[in-house]
Amino acid sequence: MNDTSVHDALARTGRPRPPSALSAVLTIGWRACLKIKHVPFQLNDVIVFPIMMTVLFTYLFGGALAGSTAAYLQYLLPGIVVQTIVFLTVYTGVGLNTDIQKGLFDRFRSLPIWQPAPIVGALLGDLMRYSLAGVVVMVVGLILGFRPEGGALGVILAIALMLVFASAVSWIWMIVGFLVRTPESVMTTSFLLLFPMTFVSNIFVDPATMPGWLQAVVGVNPVTHLATASRSLMHGGAATADVVWVLIASLVVTIVFAPIAMRMYYRER
Amino acid sequence: MTPAIETRNLKKNFGDTCAVNGIDLHVAQGAVYGLLGPNGAGKTTTIRMLATLLAPDGGSAHVFGHDVVKEPAAVREKVSLTGQFASVDEDLTGQENLVLIARLLGFGWRAARVRAQELLDAFGLADAAGRQVRTYSGGMRRRLDIAASLVVRAELLFLDEPTTGLDPRSRNQVWDIVRAIAAEGTTVLLTTQYLEEADQLADRLAVIDHGRVIAEGTSRDLKESIGGRRLQVRLAEPARRDEAAALLRQVLRSEVHEGDDAARLAARVTHDELVPQALAALAARGLTVAEFALAQPSLDDVFFALTGRAAEDRTGKEAA
Repeated sequence: MNDTSVHDALARTGRPRPPSALSAVLTIGWRACLKIKHVPFQLNDVIVFPIMMTVLFTYLFGGALAGSTAAYLQYLLPGIVVQTIVFLTVYTGVGLNTDIQKGLFDRFRSLPIWQPAPIVGALLGDLMRYSLAGVVVMVVGLILGFRPEGGALGVILAIALMLVFASAVSWIWMIVGFLVRTPESVMTTSFLLLFPMTFVSNIFVDPATMPGWLQAVVGVNPVTHLATASRSLMHGGAATADVVWVLIASLVVTIVFAPIAMRMYYRER
Repeated sequence: MTPAIETRNLKKNFGDTCAVNGIDLHVAQGAVYGLLGPNGAGKTTTIRMLATLLAPDGGSAHVFGHDVVKEPAAVREKVSLTGQFASVDEDLTGQENLVLIARLLGFGWRAARVRAQELLDAFGLADAAGRQVRTYSGGMRRRLDIAASLVVRAELLFLDEPTTGLDPRSRNQVWDIVRAIAAEGTTVLLTTQYLEEADQLADRLAVIDHGRVIAEGTSRDLKESIGGRRLQVRLAEPARRDEAAALLRQVLRSEVHEGDDAARLAARVTHDELVPQALAALAARGLTVAEFALAQPSLDDVFFALTGRAAEDRTGKEAA
């Protein structure tokens, strides 16, 4: 480092025109891709876990629950993809909180960009992460013997529905990300909700054997409807009612939480 | 000429705490201006309001004539911020961080990469360009942080405690960078807890305490108002101390304290140029000096002189 080179570097700058909203969003999305490249352990967390769950549940309980492990896998796998992607939504809040604590958000906000770009770009990056995780779990499922009767189209539609739901849930973690002090507390807080949400559903077992009050809870859990819809789509069944249910739930969650999150983003911290 | 920064009675509360309690600042274009104060004095809050990151609760602030509340976009085009903690993405490489910022400022991909390389070269980071920032030392991280603030030429650069936590060598590198930035005509507003830093870099400074400006002026004004530096002398012949004291009083034109140690003298220095004359005068009289030191007043000394209490006490109390 020497003064002359610093002077040169400073003198050489023209100020380009500020980027378009789209360009700013894509750039933030590019950053998310780089993070996936540099820190793949985030993905490991949520890939090793679902693989473990799939293998454990299939071979441990599959025979007892569905007569054979192969039959159970056909039931379980769509739900495991749902669980994986829903768990991943936490990282939206974790990432946001980290950026705030590190001062990166201050830097982004002091740039002459379309102000929601850091949030929208981060969501775009999250969608890529969700898709990637969905594909990985599907591939593992196919290797283990999962055979979607609905074909590739059914699988794609199911994952698309999961992405819609996951983006809606992401807004909730964003709010948590704004509220708490450390990324670790985002994790802790969110798992308090995510564990019951994914386990008290029909992902692992048919709720028919549960007590009535629990069946009622499972029945209103949006994850149940998402799992049912995904199962039907992947296996080529009729899924309209559950798909509509999930779309409405996603819309309601977004309408309620997105404006709160955006308000918190604009408000001073 | 429009001032770079002009605030009137600027205020900010956080709940019951009054972080900034009526600050008036006037910073001329092209100057390096220092905000000096202990932790929790309101320096960072002031900077955040000026950078449009925080809305003031009262008063007004203009940056190059633009109101920070009414014209935040115009302000953002003029300013660049380097926060208190190096605000770079630790997962990305140094090069990727700079490309990211360049892209967000409107550079095309190719231009962004060229610009990133120029800055990496200029800031001595070319060898580390492809490494993740989490492997960088504190000084490298800070240099990258400042480089990210200079991707485009800002009219006004905010530097929030740029050298806190850095080793002396890295600190000197950062100081050189700040001087180079100022020489290019960029106005710099820097906050610091170190009087020496303000002294080295700032043309003018404001001392901030409890969200108020308690003193304002050049570093020299400030030091003179609090009594400047101290010349400490230990004489080889304690018996001739009175003679030496009289001589110092005459040359330095200030009061001289005779310490408990019979060989020691301490004199207030109002003009540094007089120090060599004083030492020469002692030598000319045959008064041998065994030891001497020119002690810089610290932030504590400034605080003590201005408020009657030490700066550290205050932070301690606040934390309690």
